[in-house]
Amino acid sequence: MLEISSLRAGYGALEVLRGIDLSISAGEIVAVLGSNGAGKTTLNANISGLYRLFGGSIRFEGEEISKHTPERIVAAGVIHVPEGRRVFPNLTVRENLELGAYRRARARRSANLDRVVATFPRLSERFDQKAGTLSGGEQQMLAIGRGLMAEPRLLILDEPSLGLSPLLVEEMFELIRRLNDDGLSVLLVEQNVVQSLEIADRAYVLENGAIAMQGAAEALIEDEGLRRSYLGLA
Amino acid sequence: MLDPILLWSGLVNGLLQGAIYALVALGLTLIYGVLHIINFAHGSLLMLAMYGVFLLFSQFGIDPYAALPIMVVGMFVLGYGLQRGLISRASHGRDENILLVTLGISIVIENLALFFFQGDTRTIDVPYAFDSLEVFGVFIAIPRLIAFAAALLIAGLLWLMIQRSDVGRAIRAVAKEKQGARLVGINVEHIYAVSYGVGIACLGAAACLLMPTYLVYPTVGHAFVLIAFTVVVLGGMGSFPGALLGGLLIGLCESFGGLFLGESFGQIGIFLVFIVVLLFRPSGLLGSRV
Repeated sequence: MLEISSLRAGYGALEVLRGIDLSISAGEIVAVLGSNGAGKTTLNANISGLYRLFGGSIRFEGEEISKHTPERIVAAGVIHVPEGRRVFPNLTVRENLELGAYRRARARRSANLDRVVATFPRLSERFDQKAGTLSGGEQQMLAIGRGLMAEPRLLILDEPSLGLSPLLVEEMFELIRRLNDDGLSVLLVEQNVVQSLEIADRAYVLENGAIAMQGAAEALIEDEGLRRSYLGLA
Repeated sequence: MLDPILLWSGLVNGLLQGAIYALVALGLTLIYGVLHIINFAHGSLLMLAMYGVFLLFSQFGIDPYAALPIMVVGMFVLGYGLQRGLISRASHGRDENILLVTLGISIVIENLALFFFQGDTRTIDVPYAFDSLEVFGVFIAIPRLIAFAAALLIAGLLWLMIQRSDVGRAIRAVAKEKQGARLVGINVEHIYAVSYGVGIACLGAAACLLMPTYLVYPTVGHAFVLIAFTVVVLGGMGSFPGALLGGLLIGLCESFGGLFLGESFGQIGIFLVFIVVLLFRPSGLLGSRV
C-alpha cells in the first residue's frame, strides 16, 4: 500500500532522515518507534507532503506521491493526524469535524459525522464548543475524528498517546486496534514502545535518522537490545 | 443647549459615514485576521476602485450602482491575483516582506493614477446625486442612505459566508492553524488569495457606494485608510463585528466632534475615543484577549 525507499529528508541544510526503507501493506498496523529527535515526525511530514524530500521515493498504491501537494495526498486517502493535534481552536467541534471532509468524502459528510460521534460519544457533548476549550484528551479524539471524516485508506497517527493520562492512553490504543479491525491501515508513530508493539503487526525502530531494527512486533518485543535501550530492562 | 435637530442630524450623518468606514475596515480586518499582515495597499486599491467606477460611468455610461457586481468581481479577481501572483511570491512567507510588498504596490498604483489622471479631482454626475429624504427635520441624501443600507447588507452577507460556508470555515481554519489546514487538504495559498480577494472586493463595493456623492483623486485612499486602521484596532484586530461596531462608532465620533469642535478639530474626537478605548480594552472592543 505504502512503499518508501531510500528516503532522505530534513530541514534546510540539515539532513534528518538518512535513507529510510519502509512499507505498509493493506490492513496492517505498522509502528515506527524511536526516541525524541530520531526523525519520526520528519518522516510523517514528508509522507503527507508538508516538506519536499531530499531524495528517494514514496509510493502510495503504486503511485509516486513524493512530489504531490498535501491536498492531493489527502485526496488520495493518506490522512495524517499530526503530533500536537493541530485542531482548529477557533472553530467548534462540529466545524472541525466537517472540515475533515473538506477534500475527501464530502458527499458522505453527514453519515460520517454520525459515525465519528458514535465512536467518540464524548465529542457530541462538546459539539458546539470551540475546540480550543477542550482538554488534551478530547482534542486528541477530535483530531482523530477529523481524520476519520475523510474516510482514510491509510491513517498516520503521530504520537496519539502524548500528554494523555494512563487510562486514556489505554483507551487510545484500544481504539486504534478497533479501527484496524474494521480494515483501516495504520502507521503508528509512537514513543510508547510496549503498548505500540502490543497492537502492531510489524514495527521499525528509528535511531538517528536511520532504521536500527525492524520486524514482526511479537519478535521485537522479545528483543534483548530493544528491551535494554527503550524499556530500561536488563 | 444644542438644538435637538442638530444632534439628530449629527447622529444620522455619523452613522451614514460610519457604515462606509466599516465596509472599508471589514476588508482590512479580514486580511489581517487571516494573513496576519497589515495591507498597506488598502487605500490605494480603494482609490483604484473609485477610478474604476468613474471610468465605467464616464466611458460606458454605467451607473455606479449597476457597476457594483462588475466592481466586486473585478476587484476580487485583482486581489486574488495580487496575493497569489505577487505578494506571496515576493515575500517568501516573511511578514516584514509582505508589509513592504503591499507598501510598494500602493506606491505604484498611486503614481500610475497620478500619471493617467493627474492630480485633479473628478466626480461623476448622476441625476439622483442631490435627491434627499426628510426624516424628522433632517434631510438625508438618498445615495448616502443607499450606501448605509448596502454596507450593512454586505457586512451581513460576508459574516454569513465566513460563518456558514465551507470556504468561510476554511478561511477561519487557516487563520489559526495553517498546518492543520494543510493536513485536511485545504490549499492554504488558495485560501490566502481568496481572503485577500474578498477583502479587496469590499473596496470595489465601497467605491460604487461612495462615488455618487464623493470625488476621486490619486490620494483619496489616505483619508479612508487611516480611519479604517483606527476602526480595525478599535474594534479588535481581525474581528468582524468589531469592524462594524468600530466603523459606526468612529463615524459618530467624527460627526459629533465636527459638531462640537468645528470641522477641522472634529477628527480629534476620533482619536480621543480611540485612546480611551485602548486604555481600558487593549485588544479592542470585541477583540479576543491574546
